[in-house]
Amino acid sequence: MRVNFTVNGRPQEADDVWEGESLLYVLRERLGLPGSKNACEQGECGSCTVRLDGVPVCSCLVAAGQVEGREVVTVEGLADFAKERAEHAGCDSGACGTSLDAAKRWEAKPGQDSQTGEGVELSPIQQAFIDAGAVQCGFCTPGLLVAADEMLERNPSPTDADIREALSGNLCRCTGYEKILDAVRLAAARQGEAV
Amino acid sequence: MAGTTTGIPRDVTQNHVKGGIGESTLRPDGTLKVTGEFAYSSDMWHEDMLWGQVLRSTVAHAEIVSIDTAEALAMDGVYAVMTHEDLPAAKNYGMEFQDTPVLAYGKVRHHGEPVVLVAADHPETARRAAAKVVIEYRELPVITDEASATAPDAILVHEGRDDHHSGHVPHPNIVHRQPIIRGNADEAAKRADVIVKGEYTFGMQDQAFLGPESGLAVPAEDGGVDLYVATQWLHSDLKQIAPCLGLPEEKVRMTMAGVGGAFGGREDISMQILASLLAMRTGKPVKMVYNRYESFFGHVHRHPAKLYYEHGATKDGKLTHMKCKIVLDGGAYASSTASVVGNASSLSVGPYVIDDVEIEAIGLYTNNPPCGAMRGFGAVQACFAYEAQMDKLAAKLGMDPVELRQLNAMEQGTIMPTGQVVDSPAPVAELLRMVKARPMPPERQWETAGEGADVRALPGGLSNTSHGEGVVRGVGYAVGIKNVGFSEGFDDYSTAKIRLEVINGEPVALVHTAMAEVGQGGVTIHAQIARTELGVQQVTIHPADTQVGSAGSTSAGRQTYMTGGAIKNSCEIVREKVLEIGRRKFGSYHPAWANAELLLEGGKVVTDNGEALASIADVLEDQAVEVEEEWRHRPTQAFDLVTGQGNGHVQYAFAAHRAVVEVDTELGLVKVIELACAQDVGKAVNPLSVIGQIQGGTTQGLGVAVMEEIIVDPKTAKVRNPSFTDYLIPTILDTPTIPVDYLELADPNAPYGVRGIGEAPTLSSTPAVLAAIRAATGLELNKTPVRPEALTGTL
Repeated sequence: MRVNFTVNGRPQEADDVWEGESLLYVLRERLGLPGSKNACEQGECGSCTVRLDGVPVCSCLVAAGQVEGREVVTVEGLADFAKERAEHAGCDSGACGTSLDAAKRWEAKPGQDSQTGEGVELSPIQQAFIDAGAVQCGFCTPGLLVAADEMLERNPSPTDADIREALSGNLCRCTGYEKILDAVRLAAARQGEAV
Repeated sequence: MAGTTTGIPRDVTQNHVKGGIGESTLRPDGTLKVTGEFAYSSDMWHEDMLWGQVLRSTVAHAEIVSIDTAEALAMDGVYAVMTHEDLPAAKNYGMEFQDTPVLAYGKVRHHGEPVVLVAADHPETARRAAAKVVIEYRELPVITDEASATAPDAILVHEGRDDHHSGHVPHPNIVHRQPIIRGNADEAAKRADVIVKGEYTFGMQDQAFLGPESGLAVPAEDGGVDLYVATQWLHSDLKQIAPCLGLPEEKVRMTMAGVGGAFGGREDISMQILASLLAMRTGKPVKMVYNRYESFFGHVHRHPAKLYYEHGATKDGKLTHMKCKIVLDGGAYASSTASVVGNASSLSVGPYVIDDVEIEAIGLYTNNPPCGAMRGFGAVQACFAYEAQMDKLAAKLGMDPVELRQLNAMEQGTIMPTGQVVDSPAPVAELLRMVKARPMPPERQWETAGEGADVRALPGGLSNTSHGEGVVRGVGYAVGIKNVGFSEGFDDYSTAKIRLEVINGEPVALVHTAMAEVGQGGVTIHAQIARTELGVQQVTIHPADTQVGSAGSTSAGRQTYMTGGAIKNSCEIVREKVLEIGRRKFGSYHPAWANAELLLEGGKVVTDNGEALASIADVLEDQAVEVEEEWRHRPTQAFDLVTGQGNGHVQYAFAAHRAVVEVDTELGLVKVIELACAQDVGKAVNPLSVIGQIQGGTTQGLGVAVMEEIIVDPKTAKVRNPSFTDYLIPTILDTPTIPVDYLELADPNAPYGVRGIGEAPTLSSTPAVLAAIRAATGLELNKTPVRPEALTGTL
């Protein structure tokens, strides 16, 4: 079958999709977006977390056909997604997010130093993960970033208990989570300063 | 091979990072990892690639009567179906014992053993084709424990053993036995006023790294193969892969793909040979990715163990003697069982002074899942038992458990049961003091001002099972000892290739090693060392591959010591060469070139008084200096097979924990409130990474204490919980705050004084949590993990 949907603001078309394929498989193997990770493929680890029409979901549990006509944000688009939100959305409605039009303006940046990423513009949560030492092997990182970013959108000043609750669906085996908590606190604090 | 490959690792350069040894510089791969651009082994992709799939045994022990692949082969989209009959060369592999079949022939010896391989154009096609293969088994009785393995009529898991341990073991189903006898335990026992005995059971733990076993094999025009995989030790893999492919090692070109965690579980081969076989057979690139179910069968686990201990003490608390027997279940194939036995035996006494000991450790062959390396490697199981013994002894003596430990704590100069003198700092009593001195976390943190209980702070959490009723707090302590580096006479070395050249007027250091970056931050440290030793700012880390000499394994807490040491050594040689060139060019202009101590700093040659003599750019101009050298730690000795004597270890590492838990005693639910750690790290090369390692190791120990266990049916030897639904690892809700204190007492034998740090915190974390639960409940609790039924008497 053919599936049409929007990924990080860009319309995408995936052909020859077998009905049993997950959104995760289509992103990773058909669209060249392997940032969403395949740690368990059974909805237990959160490493494949993406936003589907704004809602964080395990993309391994979403059948590709279910995303027809819908909007997906992956870790690859997180920096631009956050930037759009900061610049345009404000938060009058209480539901911060990116409009479809805004998301459609997303484009891969040409000529960035993709080897080290130096000079790459990151979202606050991405920068905080690096600064706080929350990244070790990094396999859990994309899912955690998407989930943490979504939590900070809803709750800009989370308590530790709020952070733990919001990220309890994302397994990490390297860090013992302490530095991940530090990173989310840091991102929240920086976000607070910026306002 | 023509066509595009994506995900091939490239150089990573840090241009603007400052900071050498001792600073918390940030990871060079950090940005790639937070943007999703870092390519892991499962992200590799090649045009026209096929997908490999393994069909694994559904029974644990059986003769293979027949394999029918006809229906699978006939399916559309299937390119190859392979059995052992299609193997081109060696049929077995293994790190130390070549006892593991690439594809089972004759028999299968454990549940989930690879039997058939399929390559197809879609992973689902490959899975469906594998499901069409018909294998007829004739089942055999299963060997699952010491009694069944060593019974007089026991079936031999491996017949006709001729390995290096087969000559001395008491039974062919025992992989290795290591006794240690020192002093006279029976005589010393007569001096004891109290004696405590205990029998302990340690469950089978899974490494549960998140990045599944995966990679890409690309057939090359020269008949060889280019292999991109996630592993802990490229050169060890290579030595095992090449004979099975019938290729010389130089035709198997391996590159480290991104590694999603390891913890010992990638020390053995997983899909490396299988993907290569399919690639050579089909002439097409083959990608293989295990799913989580298969991953539980695709790597070795931590040895489950039975431990029998006896300790004695005088009434003032001095230990008189210790006797123990440790039985480790190695499962169907040896993997690193022999070395785990050596570790368990030689570290069974813990960080205590006991002159009279009688120790025996054995590793079994059974039909359970194969066990091998996992963080802590034999020392974890022992620590769980001897620390429980210390608490029992303290209770019987009416002593404070921390005081008892401190009274008997080893220190620099202590003689180990193996006769080895501990010749660098061993601050065991101090580490215990540090964790004990920490302020206690406040009680009843679930209480909120004027509102109801915040259930998130209670055992049971959002299940809303208690608002504080029946909740009891307990506090427990533990301390452990772990060796660092490869022991028992192993020729343990690492290789570093360093190139210094001037690019765009700036000196740039290229660091090329085969070190596996598995998340620990070795690449961060490599750049720090190069900046420190060569006085440059720009450092480029070359991808790890087999085009440079072996770095040894990323395990045993050894890489900062070993590959860090190799980089330091190669940098020093590069520096000497730079200075030699400088002396030739500029020596006549300044006497300091001849008579001062010269360093490279800030891109310049400077004297030890800080006077700059020339820039590195002017010295080198268009000349590059390149050095590739091997570097070794001091040699070790094998343990005597009868007495266990020998200077077997390179270095020892120590950590202590204090656990604070709250237990809902009615429901048997445990919440760990805080798990404080103190550790001697020798030198914190990167403090941020040091703390990350300690917190991560602590959490894996916490997992074993309260939730983690691969459950193997004792009747069938089949794995019952191969998923993250049924094998639980700690989430962020299960993991408490982990405050860390560390000491930096330099080891004079190690580069920069470093001490391996990754493993020690995994040891004492588990027994500290167990001790805290015992303190809260008054129960004996001699088994990991502690599940609710063990606390409520409903077992």
